[in-house]
Amino acid sequence: MSEFTRAELCAVALAECFRGDGEILASAIGVLPTLGARLAKLSFAPDLLITDGLHGVLENPPPLGPPNGFQPVVEGWLPYRSVFDLLWAGRRHVVMGATQIDRFGNQNIACIGDPKHPRAQLLGMRGAPGNTINHPTSYWVPNHGPKSFVAKVDVVSGIGYDRAAALGSRAARFHEIRRVVSNLGVFDFRTRDHAMRLVSVHPGVSADQVLEKTGFALVVEDLVETRSPTDQELRLLRERLDPTGVAAREPLG
Amino acid sequence: MDKRTTAAAVVRELRDGMTIGIGGWGSRRKPMALVREMLRSPLKDLTIVSYGGPDVGLLCAAGKVRRVVFGFVSLDSIPLEPHFRKARESGKVEAHELDEGMLQWGLYAAALRLPFLPTRAGLGSDVMQLYPGLKTVTSPYADGEQLVAMPALQLDVALVHLDRADAKGNGQFLGPDLYFDDLFCMAARRRFLSCERIVASEDFAKAGSHHTLRLSRMFVDGVVEAPGGAHPTECPPDYDRDEDFQREYAASAKSPEAWQAFQARYLALPDEAAYQAAVRAR
Repeated sequence: MSEFTRAELCAVALAECFRGDGEILASAIGVLPTLGARLAKLSFAPDLLITDGLHGVLENPPPLGPPNGFQPVVEGWLPYRSVFDLLWAGRRHVVMGATQIDRFGNQNIACIGDPKHPRAQLLGMRGAPGNTINHPTSYWVPNHGPKSFVAKVDVVSGIGYDRAAALGSRAARFHEIRRVVSNLGVFDFRTRDHAMRLVSVHPGVSADQVLEKTGFALVVEDLVETRSPTDQELRLLRERLDPTGVAAREPLG
Repeated sequence: MDKRTTAAAVVRELRDGMTIGIGGWGSRRKPMALVREMLRSPLKDLTIVSYGGPDVGLLCAAGKVRRVVFGFVSLDSIPLEPHFRKARESGKVEAHELDEGMLQWGLYAAALRLPFLPTRAGLGSDVMQLYPGLKTVTSPYADGEQLVAMPALQLDVALVHLDRADAKGNGQFLGPDLYFDDLFCMAARRRFLSCERIVASEDFAKAGSHHTLRLSRMFVDGVVEAPGGAHPTECPPDYDRDEDFQREYAASAKSPEAWQAFQARYLALPDEAAYQAAVRAR
C-alpha cells in the first residue's frame, strides 16, 4: 500500500458518497468533492454524469488545473435552467459545503448570527433548500470544529432530518442526507432518530478527538477507520485527475 | 422598427423605489454598462432582483438599494461579494433570500401572469420564515401534498446584456448559458437589452444557429449598444472575466478610502466611454 495524504484520503471518502448512485448527475462544490465525483466515475461508478464545472457534461472527467492537452468529450449541455429541472426531477446527488452543520444535518451557508442583522454574510441560500428536499445531498467540511459542527445552525439553508420529519413523510420523501465528510472522519444519519453518527475516523484520528471537536453529542457505533485509497485510486488522482497537485494546496483543519 | 436608445435614456425611465431585475448570473454577462449609468443617477430605494454579482455589490456600495431579492451574491472566482457583505453586515440593505430555483419560479410565475407557482423547494428551510409573506399551498388533487406557493416576482424593469441584438430588440446569446434573461424580461413591465454589438437581423445566422435567438423583441422595449458593457464580468465568446479588475474592485471594499479611490478612478466619470478608457489605461 502506497503512502497517501489526508487530502487524498478525503477525496476517496468523498468519492464513496456516490457509490451505487447509477445514472445521475454527480455535482460537487469545491476542489476535493470535485475530485471525489470524478474519481467515482473513473472507478466504481462509471454511469455517473460529470460536468466540466460549468455547462458541459463530459464523458471523460477533466483534470484539475491546466488542461495540458486534455480533450473533453462533451456528451450533454446543462445550462442552469436544465440543472434546476433535473434536480427537481431528482436525478442528482450533490456534495455541498457547510459553514455550519448540526446533529440532524441542517446546513447553513447563508449567514452567521441573526439573519436580519448578520454578523457575517456568507453565500446566501444558493440551491440548498431545493437540493435537500429533492434529492440526496452530502456535505464536505474541511475544518471540523465546534464552530462548524454546531448544536444549532444560525440559519437552515439545507434541511436536516428533524425539519424533514416535521414536514411529514410524504412532503419529505425525497430528502436524504447521505454523508458528511470532514477532515477528521466520515458521518451518516443511519440511527433510529437520524442523529449524526460517526462512521469512521481518518487514520491517525481518535474518536475522542472527533467528539471533542464536535459541538453536539455524536452517536458512535460500529466505528471503523476510513478506508485507505487503493493504488489504482492514487494513480488516478495523481496522474489523471490532479497532475499539478491542486488538492495538496487545499486548507484542511 | 427601431428601439435603439442610450444607457442614459434607459436610466431616465427608472424611478426611486422601483423593483429592478438584473439578468446574468454571479459575475457572468451582467448588464454592467446600464448598472454604471444607474450609479451616475440620483436613484435610490431600489429593490434589486438578481442572481447577484458585482451588479448588486456596486449598487449597494453606492447606496442605491433598499432591498435585494436573491439566491446568492457572488463574484464566482471570489466566492463572497465584499460590497454586498458590507451592506448586509451594516444593516443597510434588507435581504429577501430565496433558493436559486425559487427565484426562477417567481420570475416564471410573473412571466406567465400567474399569482404563484408551486414547488417543493424551500419546504422546511428558513426561507419559509425569512422571505416575507411566503405561504404554502395544498394540492387540490388526491395526493393533498403541501407545496411552497412561490409568489410571482413582478418586476418594474428588467436589464439584461447579450452578445448581439438587432435594432428591433431581438437578442442573441453566443455563450454557454442564457441564464434566466428571457424570464427577467418576460416578468417586467419595461425591458432593456444592452449588447456587445447591434447587427442587422440577417447577420444573426452568421454568428450562431437559431438556438441562440432566445430573447424576442416582443419582450424588449429598448436596445443599447454597449461594447464591453458586461465588464468586468465575462461575456463569452466576446471576452472573459477581467480577473485583475475584479480583484481591484473587491479590494475597494476594504476601507472607505479604498472605495473612494475606486469610485474616483472608475465610476465618477461622465459616461461609459470614459469608464472603458479608464479601464484600458490601467
